[in-house]
Amino acid sequence: MSGLSIQLIDFLAALLLMLSFAMISQRRILSLIHLFTLQGITLVATTAIVAHATGQEHLYLSAGLTFALKVILIPLLLHRIIDRLNVRWDVETLINIPTLMIIGIVLVIVAFDLALPIAKLSTSIARGTLGIALACVLLSLMMMITRSKAVPQVIGFLSLENGLFFAATASTNGMPMVVELGIALDVLVGVLILGVFMFHIREQFESLDIRHLERLKED
Amino acid sequence: MSAASLSAQFLDIVIALLLAPLLTGWVNQWRARLQNRSAPSLLQPYRLLHKLFHKESVLAEHASPLFRGAPYILLGCMTLACAIVPTLSTDLPLAPAADAIALVGLFALGRLFISLAAMDIGTAFGTLGARREMLVGFLAEPALLMVLFSVSQIAGSTSLTTIVERLADQGPAIYTSVMFAGVAFTLVALAENARIPVDNPATHLELTMIHEALILEYSGRHLALIEWAASLKLFAYSGIGLALFFPWGVSEGQSPFAVLYALPVLILKLAIGGFLLAVLETISAKLRIFRVPEFLATAFLLAVIGMLVNNLQGH
Repeated sequence: MSGLSIQLIDFLAALLLMLSFAMISQRRILSLIHLFTLQGITLVATTAIVAHATGQEHLYLSAGLTFALKVILIPLLLHRIIDRLNVRWDVETLINIPTLMIIGIVLVIVAFDLALPIAKLSTSIARGTLGIALACVLLSLMMMITRSKAVPQVIGFLSLENGLFFAATASTNGMPMVVELGIALDVLVGVLILGVFMFHIREQFESLDIRHLERLKED
Repeated sequence: MSAASLSAQFLDIVIALLLAPLLTGWVNQWRARLQNRSAPSLLQPYRLLHKLFHKESVLAEHASPLFRGAPYILLGCMTLACAIVPTLSTDLPLAPAADAIALVGLFALGRLFISLAAMDIGTAFGTLGARREMLVGFLAEPALLMVLFSVSQIAGSTSLTTIVERLADQGPAIYTSVMFAGVAFTLVALAENARIPVDNPATHLELTMIHEALILEYSGRHLALIEWAASLKLFAYSGIGLALFFPWGVSEGQSPFAVLYALPVLILKLAIGGFLLAVLETISAKLRIFRVPEFLATAFLLAVIGMLVNNLQGH
Protein backbone atom coordinates (compact mmCIF):
# COMPACT_ATOMS: atom_id res chain seq x y z
CA MET A 1 0.00 0.00 0.00
CA SER A 2 1.68 3.15 -1.15
CA GLY A 3 1.38 6.46 0.60
CA LEU A 4 0.37 8.13 -2.63
CA SER A 5 -2.85 6.18 -3.06
CA ILE A 6 -3.86 6.94 0.54
CA GLN A 7 -3.20 10.62 -0.12
CA LEU A 8 -5.21 10.44 -3.32
CA ILE A 9 -8.15 8.74 -1.61
CA ASP A 10 -8.05 11.30 1.20
CA PHE A 11 -8.08 14.04 -1.41
CA LEU A 12 -11.00 12.52 -3.32
CA ALA A 13 -12.89 12.11 -0.05
CA ALA A 14 -12.43 15.80 0.68
CA LEU A 15 -13.53 16.61 -2.86
CA LEU A 16 -16.70 14.61 -2.30
CA LEU A 17 -17.38 16.62 0.85
CA MET A 18 -16.80 19.85 -1.04
CA LEU A 19 -19.24 18.76 -3.76
CA SER A 20 -21.85 17.97 -1.11
CA PHE A 21 -21.52 21.50 0.22
CA ALA A 22 -21.69 22.89 -3.29
CA MET A 23 -24.94 20.99 -3.79
CA ILE A 24 -26.44 22.48 -0.65
CA SER A 25 -25.74 26.00 -1.82
CA GLN A 26 -26.64 25.50 -5.47
CA ARG A 27 -29.87 27.09 -6.64
CA ARG A 28 -29.96 25.98 -10.26
CA ILE A 29 -31.26 22.54 -11.11
CA LEU A 30 -28.96 22.16 -14.10
CA SER A 31 -25.86 22.89 -12.01
CA LEU A 32 -27.10 20.41 -9.41
CA ILE A 33 -27.08 17.68 -12.05
CA HIS A 34 -23.58 18.68 -13.11
CA LEU A 35 -22.44 18.50 -9.49
CA PHE A 36 -24.02 15.08 -9.13
CA THR A 37 -22.14 13.90 -12.23
CA LEU A 38 -18.91 15.21 -10.72
CA GLN A 39 -19.64 13.26 -7.55
CA GLY A 40 -20.04 10.17 -9.70
CA ILE A 41 -16.66 10.79 -11.35
CA THR A 42 -15.06 11.17 -7.92
CA LEU A 43 -16.57 7.84 -6.86
CA VAL A 44 -15.30 6.11 -9.98
CA ALA A 45 -11.79 7.46 -9.38
CA THR A 46 -11.87 6.36 -5.73
CA THR A 47 -13.05 2.86 -6.60
CA ALA A 48 -10.41 2.49 -9.29
CA ILE A 49 -7.66 3.64 -6.92
CA VAL A 50 -8.82 1.29 -4.15
CA ALA A 51 -8.97 -1.54 -6.70
CA HIS A 52 -5.45 -0.77 -7.86
CA ALA A 53 -4.10 -0.39 -4.34
CA THR A 54 -5.64 -3.55 -2.86
CA GLY A 55 -5.46 -5.65 -6.00
CA GLN A 56 -9.12 -6.64 -5.87
CA GLU A 57 -10.22 -7.34 -9.42
CA HIS A 58 -13.96 -7.10 -8.85
CA LEU A 59 -13.63 -3.47 -7.75
CA TYR A 60 -12.68 -2.54 -11.32
CA LEU A 61 -16.00 -3.98 -12.40
CA SER A 62 -17.67 -1.96 -9.67
CA ALA A 63 -15.93 1.20 -10.92
CA GLY A 64 -17.12 0.49 -14.44
CA LEU A 65 -20.65 -0.05 -13.20
CA THR A 66 -20.54 3.20 -11.24
CA PHE A 67 -19.28 5.02 -14.29
CA ALA A 68 -22.02 3.66 -16.53
CA LEU A 69 -24.75 4.36 -13.99
CA LYS A 70 -23.81 7.49 -12.08
CA VAL A 71 -21.81 9.36 -14.66
CA ILE A 72 -23.75 8.51 -17.81
CA LEU A 73 -27.13 6.89 -17.31
CA ILE A 74 -28.64 8.65 -14.31
CA PRO A 75 -27.50 12.18 -15.30
CA LEU A 76 -28.90 11.46 -18.77
CA LEU A 77 -32.20 10.40 -17.25
CA LEU A 78 -32.25 13.49 -15.05
CA HIS A 79 -31.53 15.72 -18.05
CA ARG A 80 -34.41 14.11 -19.90
CA ILE A 81 -36.73 14.53 -16.93
CA ILE A 82 -35.96 18.23 -16.49
CA ASP A 83 -36.31 18.77 -20.23
CA ARG A 84 -39.71 17.13 -20.34
CA LEU A 85 -40.87 18.81 -17.16
CA ASN A 86 -39.55 22.05 -18.60
CA VAL A 87 -37.69 23.01 -15.43
CA ARG A 88 -34.20 23.12 -16.96
CA TRP A 89 -33.60 26.74 -16.03
CA ASP A 90 -35.52 26.68 -12.79
CA VAL A 91 -33.99 28.59 -9.94
CA GLU A 92 -35.07 27.63 -6.48
CA THR A 93 -35.42 30.33 -3.87
CA LEU A 94 -33.22 29.20 -1.04
CA ILE A 95 -33.18 31.35 2.01
CA ASN A 96 -30.11 32.02 4.02
CA ILE A 97 -27.38 29.90 2.55
CA PRO A 98 -24.77 31.06 5.12
CA THR A 99 -26.93 29.62 7.91
CA LEU A 100 -27.28 26.35 6.00
CA MET A 101 -23.52 26.24 5.62
CA ILE A 102 -22.93 26.76 9.32
CA ILE A 103 -25.41 23.98 10.14
CA GLY A 104 -23.47 21.94 7.59
CA ILE A 105 -20.21 22.58 9.44
CA VAL A 106 -21.85 21.41 12.69
CA LEU A 107 -23.02 18.24 10.92
CA VAL A 108 -19.49 17.63 9.65
CA ILE A 109 -18.06 18.01 13.15
CA VAL A 110 -20.66 15.57 14.53
CA ALA A 111 -19.93 13.07 11.77
CA PHE A 112 -16.16 13.30 12.24
CA ASP A 113 -16.53 12.88 15.98
CA LEU A 114 -18.79 9.84 15.56
CA ALA A 115 -16.50 8.21 13.05
CA LEU A 116 -13.31 8.64 15.04
CA PRO A 117 -13.72 5.63 17.42
CA ILE A 118 -14.91 3.42 14.56
CA ALA A 119 -12.00 4.43 12.38
CA LYS A 120 -9.57 3.44 15.14
CA LEU A 121 -10.83 -0.15 14.98
CA SER A 122 -10.64 -0.30 11.22
CA THR A 123 -7.60 -1.70 9.45
CA SER A 124 -8.52 -0.77 5.89
CA ILE A 125 -6.46 1.59 3.80
CA ALA A 126 -8.11 4.96 4.27
CA ARG A 127 -9.64 5.12 7.71
CA GLY A 128 -10.14 8.86 7.77
CA THR A 129 -12.64 8.64 4.96
CA LEU A 130 -15.40 7.07 7.06
CA GLY A 131 -16.09 10.35 8.79
CA ILE A 132 -16.25 12.17 5.49
CA ALA A 133 -18.63 9.61 4.02
CA LEU A 134 -20.88 9.94 7.07
CA ALA A 135 -20.76 13.73 6.73
CA CYS A 136 -21.77 13.43 3.07
CA VAL A 137 -24.75 11.30 4.01
CA LEU A 138 -25.86 13.79 6.68
CA LEU A 139 -25.40 16.73 4.32
CA SER A 140 -27.45 15.04 1.62
CA LEU A 141 -30.18 14.38 4.17
CA MET A 142 -30.12 18.05 5.09
CA MET A 143 -30.36 18.97 1.43
CA MET A 144 -33.44 16.77 1.06
CA ILE A 145 -35.01 18.46 4.08
CA THR A 146 -34.33 22.02 2.96
CA ARG A 147 -35.46 21.68 -0.65
CA SER A 148 -39.08 22.08 -1.61
CA LYS A 149 -38.90 21.10 -5.27
CA ALA A 150 -39.05 17.49 -6.35
CA VAL A 151 -36.02 17.25 -8.65
CA PRO A 152 -33.47 18.61 -6.12
CA GLN A 153 -34.88 16.21 -3.54
CA VAL A 154 -34.29 13.29 -5.86
CA ILE A 155 -30.74 14.52 -6.49
CA GLY A 156 -30.29 14.76 -2.71
CA PHE A 157 -31.40 11.15 -2.40
CA LEU A 158 -28.95 10.07 -5.09
CA SER A 159 -26.07 11.93 -3.51
CA LEU A 160 -26.94 10.27 -0.19
CA GLU A 161 -26.49 6.93 -1.91
CA ASN A 162 -23.16 8.21 -3.26
CA GLY A 163 -22.02 8.88 0.29
CA LEU A 164 -22.98 5.35 1.36
CA PHE A 165 -21.24 3.84 -1.62
CA PHE A 166 -18.13 5.84 -0.85
CA ALA A 167 -18.12 4.61 2.75
CA ALA A 168 -18.42 1.04 1.50
CA THR A 169 -15.59 1.35 -1.02
CA ALA A 170 -13.07 3.44 0.83
CA SER A 171 -13.37 2.16 4.38
CA THR A 172 -14.22 -1.52 3.88
CA ASN A 173 -12.48 -2.07 0.53
CA GLY A 174 -15.70 -2.78 -1.31
CA MET A 175 -18.83 -4.83 -0.76
CA PRO A 176 -19.44 -8.25 -2.33
CA MET A 177 -20.36 -8.00 -5.99
CA VAL A 178 -23.91 -9.27 -5.47
CA VAL A 179 -24.71 -6.52 -2.99
CA GLU A 180 -23.23 -3.90 -5.26
CA LEU A 181 -25.23 -5.04 -8.26
CA GLY A 182 -28.38 -5.08 -6.16
CA ILE A 183 -27.83 -1.53 -4.91
CA ALA A 184 -26.99 -0.27 -8.39
CA LEU A 185 -30.22 -1.69 -9.78
CA ASP A 186 -32.18 -0.33 -6.82
CA VAL A 187 -30.89 3.18 -7.47
CA LEU A 188 -31.66 2.94 -11.17
CA VAL A 189 -35.20 1.70 -10.54
CA GLY A 190 -35.56 4.35 -7.84
CA VAL A 191 -34.75 7.12 -10.30
CA LEU A 192 -37.19 5.73 -12.84
CA ILE A 193 -40.01 5.50 -10.29
CA LEU A 194 -39.28 8.93 -8.85
CA GLY A 195 -39.29 10.31 -12.39
CA VAL A 196 -42.77 8.89 -12.92
CA PHE A 197 -43.79 10.35 -9.56
CA MET A 198 -42.61 13.78 -10.63
CA PHE A 199 -44.81 13.70 -13.69
CA HIS A 200 -47.77 12.69 -11.56
CA ILE A 201 -47.08 15.40 -9.00
CA ARG A 202 -46.97 17.97 -11.73
CA GLU A 203 -50.17 16.71 -13.30
CA GLN A 204 -51.97 16.89 -9.98
CA PHE A 205 -50.71 20.24 -8.73
CA GLU A 206 -49.30 21.87 -11.86
CA SER A 207 -46.08 22.46 -9.99
CA LEU A 208 -43.22 20.44 -8.61
CA ASP A 209 -43.34 22.09 -5.22
CA ILE A 210 -43.54 19.36 -2.61
CA ARG A 211 -45.32 21.68 -0.19
CA HIS A 212 -48.51 21.07 -2.18
CA LEU A 213 -48.46 17.53 -0.88
CA GLU A 214 -48.86 18.72 2.69
CA ARG A 215 -52.54 19.47 2.27
CA LEU A 216 -54.68 16.41 2.68
CA LYS A 217 -57.86 17.64 1.04
CA GLU A 218 -58.75 20.26 -1.46
CA ASP A 219 -60.31 23.39 -0.18
CA MET B 1 21.34 40.39 12.25
CA SER B 2 23.83 40.16 9.46
CA ALA B 3 24.39 42.48 6.53
CA ALA B 4 22.97 39.81 4.23
CA SER B 5 19.63 39.64 6.03
CA LEU B 6 19.45 43.44 6.21
CA SER B 7 20.05 43.72 2.50
CA ALA B 8 17.48 40.98 1.86
CA GLN B 9 14.94 42.92 3.91
CA PHE B 10 15.77 46.15 2.09
CA LEU B 11 15.51 44.44 -1.28
CA ASP B 12 12.19 42.84 -0.24
CA ILE B 13 10.64 46.25 0.46
CA VAL B 14 12.10 47.97 -2.60
CA ILE B 15 11.03 45.16 -4.91
CA ALA B 16 7.53 45.25 -3.42
CA LEU B 17 7.25 49.02 -3.87
CA LEU B 18 8.55 48.89 -7.43
CA LEU B 19 6.91 45.71 -8.67
CA ALA B 20 3.44 46.24 -7.17
CA PRO B 21 2.21 48.72 -9.84
CA LEU B 22 3.71 46.46 -12.50
CA LEU B 23 1.65 43.54 -11.18
CA THR B 24 -1.50 45.68 -11.32
CA GLY B 25 -0.60 46.70 -14.87
CA TRP B 26 -0.01 43.08 -15.85
CA VAL B 27 -3.41 42.01 -14.47
CA ASN B 28 -5.15 44.92 -16.18
CA GLN B 29 -3.44 44.16 -19.46
CA TRP B 30 -4.55 40.54 -19.42
CA ARG B 31 -8.03 41.52 -18.37
CA ALA B 32 -8.30 43.82 -21.37
CA ARG B 33 -6.91 41.19 -23.73
CA LEU B 34 -9.25 38.49 -22.48
CA GLN B 35 -12.20 40.83 -22.86
CA ASN B 36 -11.27 41.73 -26.45
CA ARG B 37 -10.35 45.30 -25.60
CA SER B 38 -7.10 46.88 -26.70
CA ALA B 39 -4.80 46.48 -23.74
CA PRO B 40 -3.19 49.41 -21.89
CA SER B 41 0.57 49.43 -21.58
CA LEU B 42 2.20 47.50 -18.76
CA LEU B 43 3.58 50.78 -17.44
CA GLN B 44 0.18 52.46 -17.25
CA PRO B 45 -0.02 52.30 -13.41
CA TYR B 46 3.37 54.05 -13.17
CA ARG B 47 2.14 56.77 -15.53
CA LEU B 48 -0.99 57.14 -13.44
CA LEU B 49 1.09 57.50 -10.28
CA HIS B 50 3.39 60.00 -12.01
CA LYS B 51 0.43 62.03 -13.21
CA LEU B 52 -1.29 62.04 -9.82
CA PHE B 53 1.86 62.97 -7.90
CA HIS B 54 2.22 66.08 -10.08
CA LYS B 55 -1.38 67.17 -9.69
CA GLU B 56 -2.68 69.49 -7.06
CA SER B 57 -4.47 67.78 -4.20
CA VAL B 58 -7.91 69.22 -3.65
CA LEU B 59 -9.29 68.94 -0.14
CA ALA B 60 -12.86 69.35 1.00
CA GLU B 61 -13.52 72.36 3.17
CA HIS B 62 -14.32 70.33 6.30
CA ALA B 63 -11.61 67.73 5.90
CA SER B 64 -9.94 66.90 9.20
CA PRO B 65 -6.27 65.90 9.60
CA LEU B 66 -7.50 62.29 9.62
CA PHE B 67 -8.54 62.67 5.99
CA ARG B 68 -5.12 63.94 5.03
CA GLY B 69 -3.25 61.38 7.13
CA ALA B 70 -5.15 58.27 6.09
CA PRO B 71 -3.37 57.73 2.73
CA TYR B 72 0.02 57.78 4.46
CA ILE B 73 -1.15 55.35 7.14
CA LEU B 74 -2.61 53.07 4.48
CA LEU B 75 0.59 53.07 2.45
CA GLY B 76 2.60 52.48 5.63
CA CYS B 77 0.45 49.48 6.59
CA MET B 78 0.72 47.92 3.17
CA THR B 79 4.48 48.49 2.94
CA LEU B 80 4.98 46.89 6.34
CA ALA B 81 2.78 43.98 5.26
CA CYS B 82 4.93 43.52 2.15
CA ALA B 83 8.04 43.69 4.32
CA ILE B 84 6.80 40.85 6.53
CA VAL B 85 5.70 38.54 3.73
CA PRO B 86 8.68 36.43 2.62
CA THR B 87 8.64 36.92 -1.13
CA LEU B 88 12.37 36.75 -1.80
CA SER B 89 14.04 35.53 1.35
CA THR B 90 12.94 33.96 4.63
CA ASP B 91 15.77 35.63 6.49
CA LEU B 92 13.97 38.88 7.22
CA PRO B 93 14.84 40.96 10.30
CA LEU B 94 11.34 42.48 10.37
CA ALA B 95 9.54 39.15 10.17
CA PRO B 96 9.52 38.41 13.94
CA ALA B 97 7.66 41.70 14.41
CA ALA B 98 4.41 40.17 13.20
CA ASP B 99 3.14 36.68 12.54
CA ALA B 100 0.27 35.78 10.24
CA ILE B 101 -2.37 36.91 12.74
CA ALA B 102 -0.78 40.31 13.21
CA LEU B 103 -0.57 40.58 9.45
CA VAL B 104 -4.35 40.24 9.22
CA GLY B 105 -4.55 42.94 11.87
CA LEU B 106 -2.30 45.15 9.78
CA PHE B 107 -4.68 44.89 6.82
CA ALA B 108 -7.55 45.64 9.18
CA LEU B 109 -5.78 48.76 10.46
CA GLY B 110 -5.39 50.09 6.93
CA ARG B 111 -9.02 49.37 6.19
CA LEU B 112 -10.16 51.06 9.39
CA PHE B 113 -8.36 54.29 8.61
CA ILE B 114 -9.41 54.53 5.00
CA SER B 115 -13.03 53.86 5.99
CA LEU B 116 -12.91 56.52 8.72
CA ALA B 117 -11.40 58.96 6.25
CA ALA B 118 -14.15 58.20 3.74
CA MET B 119 -16.78 58.99 6.39
CA ASP B 120 -14.88 62.06 7.55
CA ILE B 121 -15.94 64.22 4.62
CA GLY B 122 -19.58 63.41 5.13
CA THR B 123 -20.58 62.76 1.54
CA ALA B 124 -23.08 60.01 0.87
CA PHE B 125 -20.75 58.00 -1.36
CA GLY B 126 -17.91 57.95 1.12
CA THR B 127 -20.19 56.64 3.87
CA LEU B 128 -21.70 54.07 1.54
CA GLY B 129 -18.28 52.87 0.46
CA ALA B 130 -17.04 52.73 4.04
CA ARG B 131 -19.99 50.64 5.16
CA ARG B 132 -19.63 48.23 2.29
CA GLU B 133 -15.90 47.97 2.84
CA MET B 134 -16.46 47.10 6.49
CA LEU B 135 -19.13 44.54 5.51
CA VAL B 136 -16.71 42.80 3.18
CA GLY B 137 -13.82 43.17 5.61
CA PHE B 138 -15.45 41.71 8.68
CA LEU B 139 -16.57 38.67 6.71
CA ALA B 140 -13.25 38.19 4.93
CA GLU B 141 -11.09 38.41 8.05
CA PRO B 142 -12.27 35.24 9.84
CA ALA B 143 -12.00 33.32 6.58
CA LEU B 144 -8.45 34.58 6.06
CA LEU B 145 -7.53 33.68 9.65
CA MET B 146 -8.93 30.17 9.19
CA VAL B 147 -6.87 29.76 6.01
CA LEU B 148 -3.75 30.84 7.86
CA PHE B 149 -4.56 28.53 10.78
CA SER B 150 -5.03 25.46 8.63
CA VAL B 151 -1.68 25.97 6.95
CA SER B 152 -0.07 26.80 10.30
CA GLN B 153 -1.31 23.47 11.68
CA ILE B 154 0.74 21.66 9.09
CA ALA B 155 3.83 23.82 9.43
CA GLY B 156 3.53 24.07 13.21
CA SER B 157 3.98 27.83 13.35
CA THR B 158 2.05 30.99 12.60
CA SER B 159 5.13 32.87 11.46
CA LEU B 160 5.08 33.17 7.68
CA THR B 161 8.83 32.75 7.31
CA THR B 162 8.79 29.50 9.32
CA ILE B 163 5.81 28.24 7.30
CA VAL B 164 7.67 28.86 4.05
CA GLU B 165 10.83 27.15 5.33
CA ARG B 166 9.03 24.06 6.63
CA LEU B 167 6.74 23.62 3.62
CA ALA B 168 9.56 24.17 1.13
CA ASP B 169 11.70 21.58 2.94
CA GLN B 170 8.97 18.95 2.80
CA GLY B 171 8.68 19.14 -0.97
CA PRO B 172 5.44 18.71 -2.92
CA ALA B 173 2.79 16.55 -1.25
CA ILE B 174 -0.97 16.31 -1.50
CA TYR B 175 -2.39 17.99 1.55
CA THR B 176 -6.15 18.00 1.28
CA SER B 177 -6.51 20.74 3.85
CA VAL B 178 -4.05 22.96 1.99
CA MET B 179 -6.10 22.59 -1.18
CA PHE B 180 -9.24 23.66 0.63
CA ALA B 181 -7.33 26.53 2.18
CA GLY B 182 -6.07 27.48 -1.28
CA VAL B 183 -9.55 27.78 -2.72
CA ALA B 184 -10.73 29.70 0.33
CA PHE B 185 -7.74 32.02 0.10
CA THR B 186 -8.50 32.76 -3.54
CA LEU B 187 -12.04 33.78 -2.63
CA VAL B 188 -10.84 35.98 0.23
CA ALA B 189 -8.14 37.57 -1.92
CA LEU B 190 -10.69 38.42 -4.60
CA ALA B 191 -12.94 40.06 -2.04
CA GLU B 192 -10.18 41.91 -0.21
CA ASN B 193 -8.57 43.32 -3.31
CA ALA B 194 -11.82 44.67 -4.74
CA ARG B 195 -11.78 42.21 -7.60
CA ILE B 196 -14.66 41.23 -9.83
CA PRO B 197 -17.08 38.90 -8.10
CA VAL B 198 -17.24 41.33 -5.20
CA ASP B 199 -16.20 44.71 -6.55
CA ASN B 200 -15.06 46.00 -9.91
CA PRO B 201 -11.84 48.02 -9.75
CA ALA B 202 -12.66 49.70 -13.08
CA THR B 203 -16.19 50.80 -12.32
CA HIS B 204 -17.61 54.16 -11.43
CA LEU B 205 -21.16 52.95 -11.32
CA GLU B 206 -22.64 54.28 -8.10
CA LEU B 207 -24.69 51.26 -7.17
CA THR B 208 -21.94 48.71 -7.35
CA MET B 209 -18.70 50.37 -6.36
CA ILE B 210 -17.05 49.72 -3.02
CA HIS B 211 -13.40 50.64 -3.22
CA GLU B 212 -13.98 53.45 -5.71
CA ALA B 213 -16.68 54.96 -3.50
CA LEU B 214 -14.26 54.98 -0.58
CA ILE B 215 -11.66 57.04 -2.37
CA LEU B 216 -13.98 59.24 -4.40
CA GLU B 217 -13.03 62.40 -2.52
CA TYR B 218 -9.30 61.93 -2.86
CA SER B 219 -7.23 63.59 -5.55
CA GLY B 220 -3.64 64.40 -6.44
CA ARG B 221 -0.88 62.91 -4.34
CA HIS B 222 -3.31 61.47 -1.80
CA LEU B 223 -5.01 59.46 -4.53
CA ALA B 224 -1.63 58.40 -5.86
CA LEU B 225 -0.69 57.05 -2.43
CA ILE B 226 -3.97 55.17 -2.18
CA GLU B 227 -3.61 53.67 -5.65
CA TRP B 228 -0.08 52.64 -4.79
CA ALA B 229 -1.29 51.13 -1.53
CA ALA B 230 -3.98 49.19 -3.42
CA SER B 231 -1.29 47.78 -5.73
CA LEU B 232 0.83 46.91 -2.70
CA LYS B 233 -2.11 45.15 -1.11
CA LEU B 234 -2.54 43.01 -4.20
CA PHE B 235 1.19 42.32 -4.13
CA ALA B 236 1.09 41.42 -0.44
CA TYR B 237 -1.85 39.07 -0.96
CA SER B 238 -0.09 37.44 -3.90
CA GLY B 239 2.97 37.11 -1.69
CA ILE B 240 0.96 35.45 1.09
CA GLY B 241 -0.66 33.10 -1.41
CA LEU B 242 2.69 32.12 -2.88
CA ALA B 243 4.21 31.72 0.59
CA LEU B 244 1.43 29.42 1.78
CA PHE B 245 0.79 27.35 -1.32
CA PHE B 246 3.87 27.59 -3.55
CA PRO B 247 6.77 28.19 -1.17
CA TRP B 248 9.47 26.73 -3.41
CA GLY B 249 12.23 28.90 -4.76
CA VAL B 250 12.43 31.37 -1.88
CA SER B 251 15.94 31.95 -0.61
CA GLU B 252 16.58 30.85 2.97
CA GLY B 253 19.32 33.32 3.66
CA GLN B 254 22.40 31.31 2.75
CA SER B 255 24.04 33.95 0.60
CA PRO B 256 23.18 37.34 -0.90
CA PHE B 257 23.16 35.73 -4.35
CA ALA B 258 20.36 33.37 -3.40
CA VAL B 259 18.11 36.41 -3.16
CA LEU B 260 19.02 37.38 -6.70
CA TYR B 261 18.20 33.85 -7.79
CA ALA B 262 14.83 34.05 -6.03
CA LEU B 263 13.84 37.21 -7.92
CA PRO B 264 13.21 35.64 -11.37
CA VAL B 265 11.32 32.80 -9.68
CA LEU B 266 9.14 35.34 -7.88
CA ILE B 267 8.48 37.28 -11.08
CA LEU B 268 7.54 34.09 -12.90
CA LYS B 269 5.16 33.03 -10.10
CA LEU B 270 3.59 36.49 -9.98
CA ALA B 271 3.18 36.55 -13.76
CA ILE B 272 1.33 33.23 -13.71
CA GLY B 273 -0.71 34.27 -10.69
CA GLY B 274 -1.64 37.60 -12.25
CA PHE B 275 -2.71 35.90 -15.46
CA LEU B 276 -4.90 33.45 -13.52
CA LEU B 277 -6.43 36.35 -11.61
CA ALA B 278 -7.34 38.04 -14.89
CA VAL B 279 -8.89 34.79 -16.15
CA LEU B 280 -10.88 34.40 -12.93
CA GLU B 281 -12.12 37.96 -13.19
CA THR B 282 -13.11 37.52 -16.81
CA ILE B 283 -15.09 34.33 -16.36
CA SER B 284 -17.03 35.39 -13.28
CA ALA B 285 -19.87 37.83 -13.03
CA LYS B 286 -20.20 40.59 -10.48
CA LEU B 287 -22.20 39.54 -7.44
CA ARG B 288 -24.97 41.59 -5.96
CA ILE B 289 -23.76 43.19 -2.75
CA PHE B 290 -26.11 41.05 -0.67
CA ARG B 291 -24.67 37.91 -2.19
CA VAL B 292 -21.22 38.84 -0.92
CA PRO B 293 -21.84 37.38 2.58
CA GLU B 294 -22.69 34.10 0.87
CA PHE B 295 -19.50 34.25 -1.16
CA LEU B 296 -17.39 34.88 1.91
CA ALA B 297 -19.31 32.35 4.01
CA THR B 298 -18.27 29.81 1.39
CA ALA B 299 -14.65 30.84 1.84
CA PHE B 300 -14.97 30.53 5.62
CA LEU B 301 -16.64 27.14 5.26
CA LEU B 302 -13.94 25.80 2.96
CA ALA B 303 -11.20 26.93 5.32
CA VAL B 304 -12.96 25.39 8.35
CA ILE B 305 -13.52 22.11 6.50
CA GLY B 306 -9.87 22.12 5.52
CA MET B 307 -8.93 22.38 9.18
CA LEU B 308 -11.38 19.65 10.22
CA VAL B 309 -10.18 17.31 7.48
CA ASN B 310 -6.63 17.98 8.57
CA ASN B 311 -7.51 16.95 12.12
CA LEU B 312 -9.40 13.86 10.96
CA GLN B 313 -6.81 12.55 8.59
CA GLY B 314 -4.09 13.34 11.07
CA HIS B 315 -1.29 14.49 8.83
